[in-house]
Amino acid sequence: MATLKVPATVPPVADDCEQLRKAFQGWGTNEALIISILGHRDAAQRRAIRRAYAEAHGEELLRSITDEISGDFERAVILWTLDPAERDAVLANEAARKWQPANRVLVEIACTRTSAQVFAARQAYHERFKRSLEEDIAAHVTGDFRKLLVPLVSTYRYDGPEVNTRLAHSEAKLLHEKIHHKAYTDDEIIRILTTRSKPQLLATFNHYNDAFGHRINKDLKADPKDEYLKTLRAIIRCFSCPDRYFEKVARQAIAGLGTDESALTRVITTRAEVDLKLIKEAYQKRNSVPLERAVAGDTSGDYESMLLALLGQE
Amino acid sequence: MQQFLTQTGSNSSAATSPPASPQPRLRQQQAPRKERDPQNKEKEAPPAAMADEHQDLTRAFAGLGGLGVDETALVSALGRWRRQPEKRAQFRRGFLGFFSASAGAVAGIERCEDEYLLHLQAEFARFKDAAVLWAMHPWERDARWAHHVLHKAHPPQVLVEVACTRAADDLLGARRAYQALYHRSLEEDVAYRVRDANASLLVGLVSAYRYEGACVSEDLATEEAKALAAAVRSAPAAATKLVQNEQVVRVLATRSKPQLRATFRIYMELHGKPLEEDLAAEPCLREAVKCLDSPPKYFSEVISRAFSDDADRQAKAALTRVLVSRADTDMEDIKDAYARQYGAKLADAVAKNTHGHYKDALLAIIGK
Repeated sequence: MATLKVPATVPPVADDCEQLRKAFQGWGTNEALIISILGHRDAAQRRAIRRAYAEAHGEELLRSITDEISGDFERAVILWTLDPAERDAVLANEAARKWQPANRVLVEIACTRTSAQVFAARQAYHERFKRSLEEDIAAHVTGDFRKLLVPLVSTYRYDGPEVNTRLAHSEAKLLHEKIHHKAYTDDEIIRILTTRSKPQLLATFNHYNDAFGHRINKDLKADPKDEYLKTLRAIIRCFSCPDRYFEKVARQAIAGLGTDESALTRVITTRAEVDLKLIKEAYQKRNSVPLERAVAGDTSGDYESMLLALLGQE
Repeated sequence: MQQFLTQTGSNSSAATSPPASPQPRLRQQQAPRKERDPQNKEKEAPPAAMADEHQDLTRAFAGLGGLGVDETALVSALGRWRRQPEKRAQFRRGFLGFFSASAGAVAGIERCEDEYLLHLQAEFARFKDAAVLWAMHPWERDARWAHHVLHKAHPPQVLVEVACTRAADDLLGARRAYQALYHRSLEEDVAYRVRDANASLLVGLVSAYRYEGACVSEDLATEEAKALAAAVRSAPAAATKLVQNEQVVRVLATRSKPQLRATFRIYMELHGKPLEEDLAAEPCLREAVKCLDSPPKYFSEVISRAFSDDADRQAKAALTRVLVSRADTDMEDIKDAYARQYGAKLADAVAKNTHGHYKDALLAIIGK
């Protein structure tokens, strides 16, 4: 359910490169042109444009972008133009280096991407940062969060549909027991959440609901301020309902005084080619206002135009 | 089992009863003849010589005979002792370790011990295993070994070996093969089945996708060598074991191999002895460090252990595993390490300690 709008007849790559070059040249920059090109190309097309641009003009496209534009608009364009794997690697690197307990980016990357995508992100991380993602997380994150986050990103989850119902039942019981005794950092909880495959986990959560009459997240709300519990709930939500999870991130970014631009950019650029349409529907349902209108109300200028282009507005 | 033994037993003691199942009977007695025949070239040997042969055979069967089965000797013995059941009966009676007259007394036979049958099964299977494993894709091999270890609850040595000595992409390939074969991820199964103190280390090691470049930071290596030393020092008094220590697991499971080797080197410089010595109390941790530091040295030790007198089933099976899995990667390095450590050529040691087709297969794998 992507929202990205690509024109019916895409201009040849050379033309796009030409236009982009023209947009950067001279005094000032033609931001509208940048948005109209890059904001309407999918990942493969953007990759082709980057390659052709570097060959034709001897300079990386991303370099030209950073030179010419700045601020939130620059960040949105850069993140958007990168390959999905590189984008995840860059976001993960930022999250690891400047890690704080309230940071959920690593959880998002580990739980809302497929196994192959997480792995591609780890490979891109090697190339870009000359270290493995696990090392950096392990080096910067401490305590219980490290115990949870390192295995969360390292596992290469089984991505087939097979589910063992008996195991789902027994692990739901196990989770319930541990949560009941408030042993939130117990090895078993971490083991289950960080190694089981997504269909297996969904079966486990469903069984939890059937067996105990309420969802597992309800039992994890003992202390509303505890960031560790919030992280556990985020993991579970990312698996069960990623669209509503991202709707909440977007809502919290927009609501109140000021905007959390980095969160909003992250949601829109990482999901535009995945399920932004579902996120928009969830947003409309929850807030009675289309996401585009909320974004337009809270942001301005070229940054706003970029986000609206990615949201599918013409 | 009892039935078939009774039938075959009645064969040898009463020549009149028709053979019930000639084939199993033959197989059962092939191996003793194989060991016996090299010493007994003539059909009629004087009693004194027979006593010597029996001694030799007894020695051979007590597990000191090396690995594999000498198929050629076996086949020639089959021919030589054709139609001479009394020779075989004599041999069985003389071989107390593997044929028990008392256990079979009720039926009037020298009954074959079940342990001996298992031993034979393992020895005959070595060549088959070597051939099949050699033909498989390396990723499938690693996945099958890992699965076997986890589900039979053997010691985790194989897991540590696979996780630490394979290149990052090969470890990932093995994990994908595991998913294709068993419909679960390797990480899940390790986390679920390993319940002792080694669990967090093992899960960390198999989940790793280490950076493969040569970039090494000396400062980081020094810092981590000191952290490891602190962990080792505080281990006796700590609440959890050294193998569960978060710092230790973090460093070993996430850093790249060149980085780790620098860390180990600096540890040696700072403390005058290698890290492995300080890990004597934690075999799993120690093996991980050895595998990460120098796979050829580790493998040559495993090979040498397979040849020792008190090698158990796992240690013996390790010979096939190591030679087949390293044939295409660092066999030359292993040969050098073996020569340096044990003063003998690997090919010579293998030739001395194995028999038959199994020996030929291993020597072919090792190369010149």
